[in-house]
Amino acid sequence: MELVTTILIDGLIDASWIFIVAVGLTLIFGVLNILNIAHGNFYAIGAYAAANAVGIYYSGSEAYPPMLGLVAMTVAALAVAVVLGPLLERGLLRFFYHRDEIVLVLVTYALFLILEDATKLIWGVNPYYAYEPYSLFGTVSIGKLDYVGYDFFLIGLAVVIGILLWLGLNRTRSGKVVLAVIHDREMSSAAGVNVTKIFVISFTIGVFLAALGGAFTAPKISVQPGLAVMVVLFSFAVAVIGGLGSIEGAAIASLIVGIARALAIHLAPWAELFIVYLAMALMLAVRPQGIFSPTALRKI
Amino acid sequence: MRSRFMVLVLAGVTLAILVALGEVLPSWSIFLLVTAAAKGLAALGLVLVVRSGLLSFGQGLFYCAGGYGAGLLMLWGGITDMTLLVLAGGVVALLFGLLTAPLLASYRGIFFATLTLALSMLMHGALTKADFLGGSDGLNLHSPTLFGMRPASAAEAVYMLYLFSSVLVVVVAVACRLHFDSLRGLLSLATRDNEIRVEYLGASVSRVISENFIAAAFLGGVGGALNAIAVGHIDPELAFWTTSGEFVFVAILSGYLSVGAVFASSILLELIRSFSSQYFPNAWQMSLGIFMLASILFLPNGIGGLIVRRKERDSEKDPA
Amino acid sequence: MTVVLEAKQLNKSFGSVVAARDISVVVNRSERLGLIGTNGAGKTTFVNIVTGYIKPDTGNVCLEGRDITGHTPRSITRAGVCRSFQVPQLFLTLTTAQSLAVAFGIADGRAFSPEASIDAEMERKVEDMLERFRLTGYRNRVVAELPGGVRKLIDIAIAVTRTPKVLLLDEPTSGVAVEEKFALMDIVMSALGSDVTVLFVEHDMDIVSRYAQRVLAFYDGKIIADDLPETVFANQTVRTHITGTAN
Repeated sequence: MELVTTILIDGLIDASWIFIVAVGLTLIFGVLNILNIAHGNFYAIGAYAAANAVGIYYSGSEAYPPMLGLVAMTVAALAVAVVLGPLLERGLLRFFYHRDEIVLVLVTYALFLILEDATKLIWGVNPYYAYEPYSLFGTVSIGKLDYVGYDFFLIGLAVVIGILLWLGLNRTRSGKVVLAVIHDREMSSAAGVNVTKIFVISFTIGVFLAALGGAFTAPKISVQPGLAVMVVLFSFAVAVIGGLGSIEGAAIASLIVGIARALAIHLAPWAELFIVYLAMALMLAVRPQGIFSPTALRKI
Repeated sequence: MRSRFMVLVLAGVTLAILVALGEVLPSWSIFLLVTAAAKGLAALGLVLVVRSGLLSFGQGLFYCAGGYGAGLLMLWGGITDMTLLVLAGGVVALLFGLLTAPLLASYRGIFFATLTLALSMLMHGALTKADFLGGSDGLNLHSPTLFGMRPASAAEAVYMLYLFSSVLVVVVAVACRLHFDSLRGLLSLATRDNEIRVEYLGASVSRVISENFIAAAFLGGVGGALNAIAVGHIDPELAFWTTSGEFVFVAILSGYLSVGAVFASSILLELIRSFSSQYFPNAWQMSLGIFMLASILFLPNGIGGLIVRRKERDSEKDPA
Repeated sequence: MTVVLEAKQLNKSFGSVVAARDISVVVNRSERLGLIGTNGAGKTTFVNIVTGYIKPDTGNVCLEGRDITGHTPRSITRAGVCRSFQVPQLFLTLTTAQSLAVAFGIADGRAFSPEASIDAEMERKVEDMLERFRLTGYRNRVVAELPGGVRKLIDIAIAVTRTPKVLLLDEPTSGVAVEEKFALMDIVMSALGSDVTVLFVEHDMDIVSRYAQRVLAFYDGKIIADDLPETVFANQTVRTHITGTAN
């Protein structure tokens, strides 16, 4: 029984940060039809920026309230998004919209290569630590096990983000316009939607979500080169399993991936690495459009 | 389209130049040419897939299968002859190709790319946890031999490998060039252009794509085997998606029209890598990214497009 | 008069839309049939059923007595039913000659053998086809650069490489300038052997009267007339619903 609880909680914690990042990827695909291989880089840059912010914030005088460090991290992620989002969408990606969808994948791959090195050039190769926020929420005891409160905060954050996104898309006018663009870009444009504006905003939100995921994961890990490479794969897996472009799908898929990994780690460590790709491959083989699919299927 | 005779003449000249270079160039640079040959062979396989209209992000699967096939044959089977090892690598990869092609042949575009990536990462994950295969550290290999000849020194070993690679590359290049110029080669391009029309002419698109994919697997395995014996080491990184990404880089830079362009692009990749690791270790990926963007923007048919297009346009006539 | 193609009681609905109601047609060898009707009347559905693009709900199609209902387009093509498309389906990065070579290669099976190159025999066949369709001047031009009328001819030419028993042309002159329509049809009809059966969908009634020996008029999923062109055009229902020349 305890094992089940452990697996569920570990899975949930994992699912949280994965969801925050992957939902950004799926949103970008849904709106702009771009499979963003550079998504992991936004996560990494968010993590580095947050590490910087945390470093600055907590080295100040003791008078700063520790909890507001979280705000500093959010601001860092926001800064990353506001700078990189419009810059990359307007300054690079839009020149390839008229070409085959695979070309955009190649462009984001080239962007991944460039940003990998750019990150190293800006922040160096040594690890950064942003551990201060990790102790903000103390410890939580469940049964015989102690968990770090911060991890539960992450779960809460993921839930809040999920709800806000869902409400934003389904209950606001601009959100419904975005949904319309996801479902049918041409019709939306013909109906007078300013698709360009939607593109820039959606891409920026996607970047923000990735950066936010990175920022709030930073306190748990050592922020160093190599983050982007692994994160992008997990986001891919989640987005594909959930259905590219579906927010609800990303939520469920994150749970599946998080719990699958937890299961593997505890019960079958040899499968830890490939269980996620197995799930992804199985989904593609059996139901390529994913759990929920707002976009059209591209299988013959 | 060149005549067969011209292709063979060009091949002979290229081989002669390569052999001559081998006498003149320092050991480090002929080693670089060997690794470029290995990667180039795998990238050439990817080009075959691209010629039928698809992009694979999992060519590393076959590169890795070939490497492990050759490596394990050497370590467990005691075979050290380069020719046998490279052939074995190709065959092992071919088997993986035969296994995966039926599943993959009904996918297109992004779904095909992601599925190939997932399969490749599956192999990576499986190998990393397979301790009896070396786990994430991989395995070290012995020195290879050629037709019973064992190299007396490190420099001689590299030289022997270089001569072998040169012959291998030229043979494969000739075969591919002749294939590109053949009816079957045209059929690949036709499939890429318009699958519906191909079906309505009576040919199976699935068959075209599968055959190309399986041939690509073989070439990936041959490249992987060559790389394994050149570097003397195999590990799961060979199947990691960034390895596949390098083949994508080469294929995009070279385009799918010229065989020579593929190896030229592969050499360029190796040059950038080794130059950068000496002087700008944290900028070589950025250079690749910039090259790729430039290629996508300005050379939609890659470097090869510059060479081949000129020839095809030579005999244009205005209609009367 | 040998029957080359027979459709029996074809029915097809897309949801609540009935695209084909009890369509039955007997086509004889060497006939030239024009299919007329407004958009949505069922002519394209009929063509698509015959060529295997869609399966009928009920009914069957037989080619020289052999049932080809519901077979794949590939299999039906190999059996001898070839088609051209309303929007020409071409290989845009290949040249005209290369397009024909691929088509010939697929037809004789050599396109799948690894050693088959484009030899003298193939070049001769390609050259011959280019001449028949007056495409010689476009031999080495990349198809993407060619004008609409030429593309239509190429679309038909590659369909003919298989020397089909039945050739279906889907609006062969649509999108072609008025002054070029007759020239195009002249080329096509003279390029075809006399034993090829041709069914062509057309909106231009002048083209139909000139080149069809028999006309099938479609309306609301049914065939409302099946006779000589003059008879069909004089038919009151046809005039009301299709040609718009009712009194």
